[in-house]
Amino acid sequence: MTMEKFIKHTGTGVPLRRSNVDTDQIIPAVYLKRVTRSGFEDGLFAAWRNDPEFVLNKPEFKSGTVLLAGADFGTGSSREHAVWALQNYGFKVVISSRFADIFRGNSLKGGLLTVILPQADVEAMWAAVEADPTTAITVDLETRTVSFGSISLPFAIDDYTRWRLMEGLDDIGLTLKQTDSIDAFEEKRASHKPATLPIRS
Amino acid sequence: MMSKTLAEKIWAEHIVRQADGEPDLLYIDLHLIHEVTSPQAFDGLRQTGRTVRRPDLTIATEDHNVPTLDILKPIADPVSKLQVDTLRANCKEFGVRLHSLGDVDQGVVHVVGPQLGITQPGMTIVCGDSHTSTHGAFGAIAFGIGTSEVEHVLATQTLPSTRPKTMAINVEGSLKPGVTSKDIILAIIAKIGTGGGQGYIIEYRGSAIRALSMESRMTVCNMSIEAGARAGLIAPDETTFEYIKGKPHAPENWDEALAYWKTLFTDSDAKFDVEVDLNADDLEPFVTWGTNPGQGLPLNANVPNPADYADSSERTAAERALEYMGLTAGTPLKEIAIDTVFLGSCTNGRIEDLRSAAEVVKGKKIASTLRMLVVPGSARVRLQAEAEGLDKVFIDAGAEWRNAGCSMCLGMNPDQLAVGERSASTSNRNFEGRQGKGGRTHLVSPLVAAATALRGKLSSPADL
Repeated sequence: MTMEKFIKHTGTGVPLRRSNVDTDQIIPAVYLKRVTRSGFEDGLFAAWRNDPEFVLNKPEFKSGTVLLAGADFGTGSSREHAVWALQNYGFKVVISSRFADIFRGNSLKGGLLTVILPQADVEAMWAAVEADPTTAITVDLETRTVSFGSISLPFAIDDYTRWRLMEGLDDIGLTLKQTDSIDAFEEKRASHKPATLPIRS
Repeated sequence: MMSKTLAEKIWAEHIVRQADGEPDLLYIDLHLIHEVTSPQAFDGLRQTGRTVRRPDLTIATEDHNVPTLDILKPIADPVSKLQVDTLRANCKEFGVRLHSLGDVDQGVVHVVGPQLGITQPGMTIVCGDSHTSTHGAFGAIAFGIGTSEVEHVLATQTLPSTRPKTMAINVEGSLKPGVTSKDIILAIIAKIGTGGGQGYIIEYRGSAIRALSMESRMTVCNMSIEAGARAGLIAPDETTFEYIKGKPHAPENWDEALAYWKTLFTDSDAKFDVEVDLNADDLEPFVTWGTNPGQGLPLNANVPNPADYADSSERTAAERALEYMGLTAGTPLKEIAIDTVFLGSCTNGRIEDLRSAAEVVKGKKIASTLRMLVVPGSARVRLQAEAEGLDKVFIDAGAEWRNAGCSMCLGMNPDQLAVGERSASTSNRNFEGRQGKGGRTHLVSPLVAAATALRGKLSSPADL
């Protein structure tokens, strides 16, 4: 699938002051039954959204596009539906001090930028957006910085992923250019490796 | 030759292409598929006019979403039915082998691969499911992927991947009676935390690991992801080879395969990035009290007091977990009354798990205050259990004997906890709402599950 290019995004933040937000919280399993990539916004944080005090239910945070999450965001299941739910709802960026590996991989494949900042910076951002929910946050992949107010914070992302996101490149298309290498690899694969077909019983 | 860890050896053997500043392009030996994480991937292939490169290295089963009752009737939930029907149509269109409801090899994807003998040492194995790490028990690099990556593997049989770092977890000593591999892995996660394995492939080593059966090893590797690890593996040995021998897809050129498998170990002078030690002699049955798998304690302990945590975020997490779980600090874990016991899942739904639980409940009755669901990991496990009379043992004890699937592990089918309902579950995740909205989960071994079913409160067989 091709994805939208990500170069720079400016929006407001949503402070999610919780750590270890697992993918069952981001979208519970009962919402995973769709066969499309859209429509998952109704399942986003479904259990918590019943609580009127939950941050997404507060009018001042309803239109935020940058999720500011606690440590270990996206642990648990490999469901890419968690990324789609965040995107379908309108999020473009998630900032946390630590992401689970599979969630991070899924987000960067799908064009949802996950930015790792030190916990102290995340906490400073929580304080800033809670004091003024209209605080504009700019996430710039070109310069690898997150800025708000007078503060600019650098973040790290590997060159290859950054290039792919900025160009909106289809990963599969890139790999298919290496078909000759794949063919050559298969030529020398050991014959004892198992195959699922033909079926043996 | 540089000395290498087992994970480094397998990784190196699967590199199709390596270039500076790019992830390695890794060849995938086996791709497992199920109904929940594949429909959008097949759609992607259709939209771009791509095909499945290696249907003969791909296998599908129906597990996450399927009912465990009335399996031969049409699926009652129309949305679930559409998802399963979509998998069937996709497998037919792209020529992928599928084990559907009613088929002897239908079941939880991570039970099906090993029982067919398709999971073998030295392989790279992926699936759109985080518990793919289960297959690492055979000395394979096996990890969960998202749907975009499922599409990538379908189209190319490869995956661009950055090699994780390596972690050794050395478990020396021997387990006391009543202590199982589930307790080993729960103790490991409690020790290193849910993020402790992040960015690593874990190799489980040591005398206590070598002494485990294949199925017990699968339980350990299965929960690597709960420690945040990309994968977990165990070097193959005679136990591994014996398990594969005679399985339908065991290698026809056995000697050649065996000679290769015997090269799969960490070189004696290889260095891991991190090493962690655990003493098996000291282990007790473990149980979780909170809402992540790292919040676990020996069964003899009390519910912890959040005030005792030095770290403020751990303290807040513990406070929140106790509130969600409806627990009071200081309560003995053995005094916690349970409403539902779930025996099953890719963690503990294999024949040895059912046998060990059946041994405990045999000739006895489960407490009148709870229900017990027994869900075999696959239709084949169910048949084997029935051949051994285990179904009768469970039914006579008052438990429900179900058909194979993921079932209450993730509460996607009708097998769910009600709001406030408390389970002792042999599955892998105790997240808020994991087994049903508002449900409360305690992760346990099959032995603790069985003893708890009899006593009505969290218990080990020694408490009976």
